[in-house]
Amino acid sequence: MNARSLGVAALAGAAFVMAVATAMHVAAAPPETVIKVVAKRFDYTPNVIKLKKGTPVVIELTTQDVVMGFSAPDFGVRADILPEKVARVRIAPDKTGTFTFVCDIFCGVGHEEMEGTIVVTD
Amino acid sequence: MRASFDRRDFLKLAGIGGIVFASGLGAGVRAAASDDFYFVQLSDCHWGFEGPPNPDAKGTLAKAVAAVNALPEPPDFVVFTGDLTHITEDARERRRRLAEFREIVSDLKVKEVRFMPGEHDASLDQGKAFREFFGDTHYAFDHRGVHFVVVDNVSDPRALIGDDQLQWLAGDLARQPVDANIVVLTHRPLFDLYPQWDWATRDGAKAIDLLMPHANVTVFYGHIHQENHRMTGHIAHHSAKSLMFPLPAPGSQPKREPLPWDPAQPYRGLGFRDIEAEVARNTFAITEVPVQKG
Repeated sequence: MNARSLGVAALAGAAFVMAVATAMHVAAAPPETVIKVVAKRFDYTPNVIKLKKGTPVVIELTTQDVVMGFSAPDFGVRADILPEKVARVRIAPDKTGTFTFVCDIFCGVGHEEMEGTIVVTD
Repeated sequence: MRASFDRRDFLKLAGIGGIVFASGLGAGVRAAASDDFYFVQLSDCHWGFEGPPNPDAKGTLAKAVAAVNALPEPPDFVVFTGDLTHITEDARERRRRLAEFREIVSDLKVKEVRFMPGEHDASLDQGKAFREFFGDTHYAFDHRGVHFVVVDNVSDPRALIGDDQLQWLAGDLARQPVDANIVVLTHRPLFDLYPQWDWATRDGAKAIDLLMPHANVTVFYGHIHQENHRMTGHIAHHSAKSLMFPLPAPGSQPKREPLPWDPAQPYRGLGFRDIEAEVARNTFAITEVPVQKG
């Protein structure tokens, strides 16, 4: 093995060590909490989502009947919820308080009452 | 123009005129292209609604029609900016309500009446029933030096104008000089007024971007059942009162619920508006008119 080959091997080794370290770091990070929310005409279950400031969560959304929306404007997230599919939004709460989420797809006579709250505490 | 101001003075003296709000920056003031004129905006009639927020749900629209007919001068035209009817999931009932609404407003003593849908009229069938009664849901027309554009942001239940209509809007605006006097009539706010209560148009920013190169643009809309005056850049946006029930100011209470009927002040918060176009100055003077003289 000449000097050039040694250099290449050293670089490859370093890359391997970094990849393993990165993988270990990723593995070490706690998985984000998943909160399942089910929509149906004309409510969400649950309709109160309690979060901790600084702790991101993933909200998994499904609908039991028609196409719905999920919009939490205070956190800049929204999703279409299609029948037989799972929609996901990630919320990283950076403020405390009580915030509204709404259905933003006109879904029927009770659409305007279809809402819930996100409560974020320290 | 003097006659127009006399008419506004009459409204005030008769105790039926509300606050006058002047809109428009008058950018690039031009020579008068035609005479000044005025039109009337009515909105959110919600024909078919029943409930405590309006014990006179079956009579308010007719009272508004009578009030318009009693104006000292007839307007050049009347425009209804959506939610002509209240939502129903029964397609036959929707058509019945649209037919009754059309019958009632046929008593308006004006040369021309323009319509557009609200989400209560159109979102559940993508505007099918509305079109059967009133024709296209988006269109443009010119009136005495003003270019009016009707934008449909309700037939798509996702509160989208949609790429096809935006392309049509871009083409329509491209034919207008940059200093044209442009009025947009629509139902939902084109900007994010309060999306927490679904008071927004999801792709409204794209429409505003198309309008921005034009120096003189004013938007009149409905949906939120109250007056609201807001600027996005140089574009003025004015929402109108309802003719069925008022709603609270954006975010002023936890829920978006109709304000209760006040027996001591019946019809409080309900009304329509008189919009006077001063064409040479590219301005619009708004006079709010209650349903019932109070």
